[in-house]
Amino acid sequence: MSGRGRVGPADLLRLGVFGLRTRPGRVVLSALGIAIGIAAMIAVVGISSSSKAKVDQALDALGTNVLTATQPEGFGDPQPLPETALESALRQNAVRSAAAVGTVSDAAVYRNEFVPTPETKGIGVMAAWGDVPKVLGGRLTSGRWLDSSSDAPPQVVLGADAAAALGIDRVRPDSRVWMGGQWVQVVGVLGTIQLADDLDDQVFVPRGLAADLGFDGAPTAVYTRVDPSRVEASRDVLAGAIRPGSPQDVGVTRPSDALAAKDATDESFTGLLVGIGGVALLVGGIGVANTMVITVLERRAEVGVRRALGARRRNIRDQFLVESLLLSFLGGVAGVVIGLGVTIVFALGQGWPVAIPVWAVAGGLGATVVIGGVSGLYPAARAARIPPTSALAAV
Amino acid sequence: MTGPAGTGAVSTSVLQLREVTKTYGDVGALRGVTLDVAPGELLAVVGPSGSGKSTMLNIIGTLDRPTSGTVTIAGNDVDAMSDDDLSQLRADHVGFVFQHFHLQAGATAAENVADGLLYAGTGRRERHRRAVAALERVGLGARVDHRPNQLSGGEKQRVAIARAIVGDPTILLADEPTGALDSTSGAAILDLLRGLNQSGTTVLVITHDLTLAASLPRRVRMRDGVVEDDSTTSGSDGDVDAASLALAIRGAR
Repeated sequence: MSGRGRVGPADLLRLGVFGLRTRPGRVVLSALGIAIGIAAMIAVVGISSSSKAKVDQALDALGTNVLTATQPEGFGDPQPLPETALESALRQNAVRSAAAVGTVSDAAVYRNEFVPTPETKGIGVMAAWGDVPKVLGGRLTSGRWLDSSSDAPPQVVLGADAAAALGIDRVRPDSRVWMGGQWVQVVGVLGTIQLADDLDDQVFVPRGLAADLGFDGAPTAVYTRVDPSRVEASRDVLAGAIRPGSPQDVGVTRPSDALAAKDATDESFTGLLVGIGGVALLVGGIGVANTMVITVLERRAEVGVRRALGARRRNIRDQFLVESLLLSFLGGVAGVVIGLGVTIVFALGQGWPVAIPVWAVAGGLGATVVIGGVSGLYPAARAARIPPTSALAAV
Repeated sequence: MTGPAGTGAVSTSVLQLREVTKTYGDVGALRGVTLDVAPGELLAVVGPSGSGKSTMLNIIGTLDRPTSGTVTIAGNDVDAMSDDDLSQLRADHVGFVFQHFHLQAGATAAENVADGLLYAGTGRRERHRRAVAALERVGLGARVDHRPNQLSGGEKQRVAIARAIVGDPTILLADEPTGALDSTSGAAILDLLRGLNQSGTTVLVITHDLTLAASLPRRVRMRDGVVEDDSTTSGSDGDVDAASLALAIRGAR
């Protein structure tokens, strides 16, 4: 009797689709829980992947071979970097290019001479050595970088946030700011510098002007771009070169590490969302089980008729199991679509590349199959136990 | 007890009940029923509610097992068969027609009828082809793609009958087939069953309708779980017979 007494997969699928098609409202409601769970999972994974893709993209563009030397933060009296720090760094073989900035402590910049002195808008003034944006992989959105020669005339380049605060979006012939009792011509506006975003709310001036504003001549940070194959070795060499007597007084950091770490700090938040998605899936699975139990109760007569037509217990069990699987799978497909949509809208809104791992989609759909199967086991077993006499008992 | 399949009694009967009892708790729904149905018969099992006729239908249709006694259908001793084997037996040999039709609401007439072959291992195209043929046999060739809510009560019962005969069953069991229909539709359904019987199908109708029962050639009258009377008429004197039978049953209550 092989081949007989057995309902093929195509027929089971047809029965399942039919069972769901005739109860569309219920299908939507009970698949919704699964859909929300899967959508949350896909969106969380998709958004964090897209964000990571953005960081990777940025790191590819910026390079990971920038080392920053600063005075170390911590206990005691921090020693400022020596004035020769930049020259020392440039003498190292591994260092390909370098630039430095030094904070001009008491200087401030204003839109015009009428702005009261305390309203600095948090904008700092820095003296600059060398081509800072070039070393850091930054970009000028307008104008040019400073003339870095020591006798350069007064001029100023604005960091991205500083420019916004001063209301200067690009360089015009009459773009001027008020510094230390004189007008200074704006020659450039920087874009955001990702490897050193503490520079975004600064303005940069040549050392001559800085000295007029009260600059002590000591750099606060030296930025170096080193041979990519000797990044780690250069960390130690750089500190010793800048301060041969006490290299521990120089802190050398790799800003690309911080950028990558910033992405990792989002993981606890991601974990929370995945947890919520998991709970939604669990509740969704229970919803499917519930719906199936009710469906089975309502369809005693149908089961009885099918038994009378010759259905075996396992035919009935399979029918309801497939229906449960389909119900859950439909929710999963809807969830994937919603999750992809949320990810795409969010990523595009942030200007990120859209990156959704295939394993997340496959895993999500796989999970719904498991949920549907588990949720359907009990109702299907109940349906299979309905006696054939129900065909006549039920009206 | 009868002998194994192959003895004379078995080979001439499509259905054989021997001293069948069925008890629910301490209530005896059937109390020793013996019945033989020969191929090509058209008979009514008639009796008031509680007479045991529904239990008898369940047992004849192998939907339920007797407490004691032997049931043989198309040569198969039901007692020795597993639940799966009984399912197979129903798929192969028994067609059911229900009082309330029990059609799938969202499915077309052809789909409903084709479900009658779903568990017999027939392929989908073949199921559809035979479903259309069965619908033509019951006079619904023009209603193949109609859904139950587009059909009248009589048409629904025709669809149900088509579903019951699509697998060419050895015996067709009809439970109050006209019970939910008006008298005109009921008469037409009865004519259809007669026609099917004339073309060779064995038909067993279970009913409490004495007039309906009286119009059939053989009547098995049930009362309190036993066969009270088993009579066969060969004449065409249906109406008189029905009246006298009805009178007899009413008198006996």
